[in-house]
Amino acid sequence: MHKKSILLIAGLSFAAIGTAHAADLRTQAISATCLSCHGPNGKSGGAIPSLAGLEKGYFVQAMKDFKSGARPATIMKKHAAGYTDAEFEAMGAYFASLK
Amino acid sequence: MTINRRDFLKVSGAGAATTLITGCASQGGASAMKGNPKVVVVGAGFGGATCAKYIRKWGPNIEVTIVEPNDNFVSCPISNWVLAGMKSMNDITHGYGNLSKHGIKMVKDYVVGVDTGKREVKLKSGSSLSYDRLVLAPGVEVLTDSVGGYKEAEAAGKVVHAWKAGPQTALLRKQLEAMPDGGVFVMSVPTAPYRCPPGPYERACMVASYFKKAKPKSKIILLDGNPDIASKKGLFTWAWNTFYPGMIEYRPNNAPRAVDGNKMIVSTEFDDVKADVMNVVPKQRAGEVCGMAGARNDSGGVWCTVKLDSFESTTVPNVHIIGDSVLSNLPKSGHMATNHAKIAAASIVEMLAGRPPISVPVVANTCYSATSDTTAGYVANVFRFDKEKGYVTQPDGGATGQGDEINLAYAESWAQNIWADALS
Repeated sequence: MHKKSILLIAGLSFAAIGTAHAADLRTQAISATCLSCHGPNGKSGGAIPSLAGLEKGYFVQAMKDFKSGARPATIMKKHAAGYTDAEFEAMGAYFASLK
Repeated sequence: MTINRRDFLKVSGAGAATTLITGCASQGGASAMKGNPKVVVVGAGFGGATCAKYIRKWGPNIEVTIVEPNDNFVSCPISNWVLAGMKSMNDITHGYGNLSKHGIKMVKDYVVGVDTGKREVKLKSGSSLSYDRLVLAPGVEVLTDSVGGYKEAEAAGKVVHAWKAGPQTALLRKQLEAMPDGGVFVMSVPTAPYRCPPGPYERACMVASYFKKAKPKSKIILLDGNPDIASKKGLFTWAWNTFYPGMIEYRPNNAPRAVDGNKMIVSTEFDDVKADVMNVVPKQRAGEVCGMAGARNDSGGVWCTVKLDSFESTTVPNVHIIGDSVLSNLPKSGHMATNHAKIAAASIVEMLAGRPPISVPVVANTCYSATSDTTAGYVANVFRFDKEKGYVTQPDGGATGQGDEINLAYAESWAQNIWADALS
């Protein structure tokens, strides 16, 4: 095998033994901090909306609109203000993947 | 290139071995050679339970054991609502049964010693647990010795702090119910930093809400050790003026020096205040187990300082401290404890695999406070990680100036979700 292939397989093996790759884990960790309010695995009980399975484009636009004020909000305006567009994209992809 | 299943497994095995070897090299420890890495978590509150759960989620090869002396989780957030009669003790009490579903081992015991050299935790039962990494999430130790006469009055059931939700919360509710109309409820606020900065002012709202309905001639005297309302000032001032005019007397710079359980008096530097119900909240420090680990390492020897990318102690290797015991600019809230827990969990998974801590770049705090039985407000802030400065507060966060009904509904939903995130 070529060296490149071995590295690729070594990368896969981290997933195989159950430890997520660092970049992926960073996205998961950022997203996990949202779940303190929005519920485990993005499934909420009560008035706070669930995030699990939201379409990515919808999530990203909602966050941008909370940030700009285009969409009326309570607490989400203050939260959205502190995150970057790149983080909205990464979190949106992750929440869309939750079933 | 094609890989059949057998080849893939063979190569995966090699990858796993490589991971273990780097893990050993960076830890310099023999314990990783003995099998799966071991994490011991002390305390199953918001921080500890959440950290244990997310370590298992992100690092399923890691063995996680929680040491917790109590049978149940009793939530401090929402415990003020019990004082108002809006919730029962049952509503804020939850079992630990679901944690085993994540492969977490629960040990009902109390830590009596930590040997950070041998990486071993000694338990009251006489047994001990070894660890590769130790997570301390004990919450705060309430320093009842700091107020004269407190211990005697507390033992006699004449004064409570109810700053750890549980039997004292239930007792305080009973005392408020038994108090005659026209009585005086005296409560105090410790000098910052203390657990849950808005908590005392929310409690004043909740007791006032109960008095307004059940015994409207009664009075609340709030003795604050701080020079001003320490959190959500606009929100609480609005609530006190709007819903409870004339009922709450606020006295800044009035830390209690002593209590007398027989005469029912709270003494400050200025005067003796006669009470029908006494709720004095003494100052606090990092939980006892942090002292055992030598991790109360701030200038006063009171709180724990940590590296904020991993929550590892700045001075005691392999020991991570999360939640209210940590001294930083991040607020001492249950919500923040769960987010400390997630940052620590991600970094512990990485560090046990021989990689650097993950440095989660952004984290937020959320805190709702009820202002009446139909309204609540909130504070929310986002913090971004900076290698030099730690977590830096971002602009455009802050607190609401008024409460409303929708935020009470959100507060209730928040509680259900954070309890589930930590425990289910």
